[in-house]
Amino acid sequence: MANKVIYVMYDDDGVLKDGAKKLVSKGIKIADAFSPFPIHGIDPIIGVKNTRLGIMAFIYGLTGLTLATVGMRYFMIVDWPMNIGGKPNFTYLDNILSFIPITFEFTVLCAAHGMAITYLLKNKTLPGMPAQNPDPRTTDDKFVLEIRTADNSIDEKELDELIKDTGYIEIDKKNI
Amino acid sequence: MQKEAAIREPLILGHKTYHDITEDVCRPIEDKAPKMWYILFGIALIVGLYGVGCILYLLGTGVGVWGLNKTIGWAWDITNFVWWVGIGHAGTLISAVLLLFRQKWRMAINRSAEAMTIFAVFMAGLFPLIHMGRLWVGYWVLPIPNQFGSLWVNFNSPLLWDVFAISTYLSVSLVFWYIGLIPDFATIRDRAKKPVAKKMYTILSFGWSGRAKHWNRFEMVSLVLAGLATPLVFSVHSIVSFDFATSVIPGWHTTIFPPYFVAGAVFSGFAMVQTLLLIMRKAMSLEAYIHTKHVEYMNIVIMVTGSIVGTAYITELFISWYSGVEYEAYAFLNRATGPYWWAYFAMMTCNVISPQLMWFRKLRRSLLFTFFISIVVNIGMWFERYVIIMTSLHRDYLPSSWSMHYPSPIDIGVYIGTIGLFFTFFLLFARFFPVLALNEIKSILKGSGQSYKESPDYHKNH
Repeated sequence: MANKVIYVMYDDDGVLKDGAKKLVSKGIKIADAFSPFPIHGIDPIIGVKNTRLGIMAFIYGLTGLTLATVGMRYFMIVDWPMNIGGKPNFTYLDNILSFIPITFEFTVLCAAHGMAITYLLKNKTLPGMPAQNPDPRTTDDKFVLEIRTADNSIDEKELDELIKDTGYIEIDKKNI
Repeated sequence: MQKEAAIREPLILGHKTYHDITEDVCRPIEDKAPKMWYILFGIALIVGLYGVGCILYLLGTGVGVWGLNKTIGWAWDITNFVWWVGIGHAGTLISAVLLLFRQKWRMAINRSAEAMTIFAVFMAGLFPLIHMGRLWVGYWVLPIPNQFGSLWVNFNSPLLWDVFAISTYLSVSLVFWYIGLIPDFATIRDRAKKPVAKKMYTILSFGWSGRAKHWNRFEMVSLVLAGLATPLVFSVHSIVSFDFATSVIPGWHTTIFPPYFVAGAVFSGFAMVQTLLLIMRKAMSLEAYIHTKHVEYMNIVIMVTGSIVGTAYITELFISWYSGVEYEAYAFLNRATGPYWWAYFAMMTCNVISPQLMWFRKLRRSLLFTFFISIVVNIGMWFERYVIIMTSLHRDYLPSSWSMHYPSPIDIGVYIGTIGLFFTFFLLFARFFPVLALNEIKSILKGSGQSYKESPDYHKNH
């Protein structure tokens, strides 16, 4: 039997969520869900793990913080100390008050851009990439579940029976 | 799905479905532009190009073409800069701070407010750049290794903090805005029929899929960016106020400046959002999504921040007398009764009295009145900066250098030009970009849509 990917289309996010719950309770593995907006609560049902991008943002932020501190210490204290209005600048700590605004801005700059770039790369969404959704209507008002026969040990007919109960509006099978 | 109180006004009026939302937002982009759009765009472009001409003349001739003199070395340039940065504060406030507070009404206005922010910060950024006179050495503000003995920029200076604050604010806002736009560009891409449009929106939408994992990441990125942008919004205008507050000029040397500038920025930003959206909702028939309730919420923000600004004005006056510093006391006496009394009077009327009218429910729910007040506030906030800058400078410590400032035609041309450019950008945005955050509006349809809220099932199960 050829491996197939089945796209089951729904016209409501609630129906899709209930359908996914039903299928999962019967032991079906759902590969993915496509929707025009985030369906809250779908992730634990189909087993999508929470993203770790937040941790990445924190690391990028720390990088920015370190770079700003090291940079300003070198520019203003080590390399070319200047007497500016008599502000104390013998050590970095003497002068730290003046450096806080830029340290903060640079931390935010690195955290935000680092996270955004990681997000785009992880998603494989970059300028000019071809559309990845199975049906153009999934960005409008339709919701699609993707089920792969390779992931599921049960017979295709049985699978069809189970899917029939979930109230879908369209079904599309593709050999892969 | 989140439920909300039945007595809370629905945010989406009428019996909309998910598809209706797509249709309503995409139609203006797919249809031919109305004649009015071309007329407005033409006017904005001509005004904007006149401004570009003035800037080129300035760059070719020198900053002397402005009406500055030896006493008043900072005038319309910095006034316009602060005015535009202030306007640029509403967008990120709406999309970041209100996201953290889970305010759903922001979803109808965040996209266009953020666009407004970005264009306003562009305009703001122009002024410090052209006031350098030699635009081409603008990169000297960055700490780049160089052969001037390696001479670094001065990290003790608020002007340099400003460089970092404004550029971080601009680029982070741009990224935040664009990440939200990607799924909506995908919607337009999947609907597009004409090959050129299809190609363009394919490039713009980055191949967005809408799969569950991507939405999971999308929500995390939005949340973290909102968390980062929130302190950023407050820091940016605080730092702008440091440009004045860390100096020793009477009238500027004030610790109240950072909070007072931030409140003023939000105040003027929301006023500009009102001005733009009241026209846009009508022109693009988006009345079901941006309606009286949204306008009322924004008017409440204007009222609150306007009151903070008013309190700050009066505190400043009181402290100038109470401090016992005669220079400070004179600066404020001169501000209110000196040769610039008319600007002070305009500022007080527009910023202190007009927002108080919003206490009346009838007035803050009146669209026409709101539009009128939003213009008044924008004028008032320009005068605020003008008063702070001009009246503090024109009376020097040395009476023989006392002076007045008269704007030159180039001063006026550059300012009017930035308004033209701003509207040129905004009109382009309204023509080619989804002006509502489609995916966010759809996600609140069942919780806050009228037809769902009125259905008998709304408060059952779930």
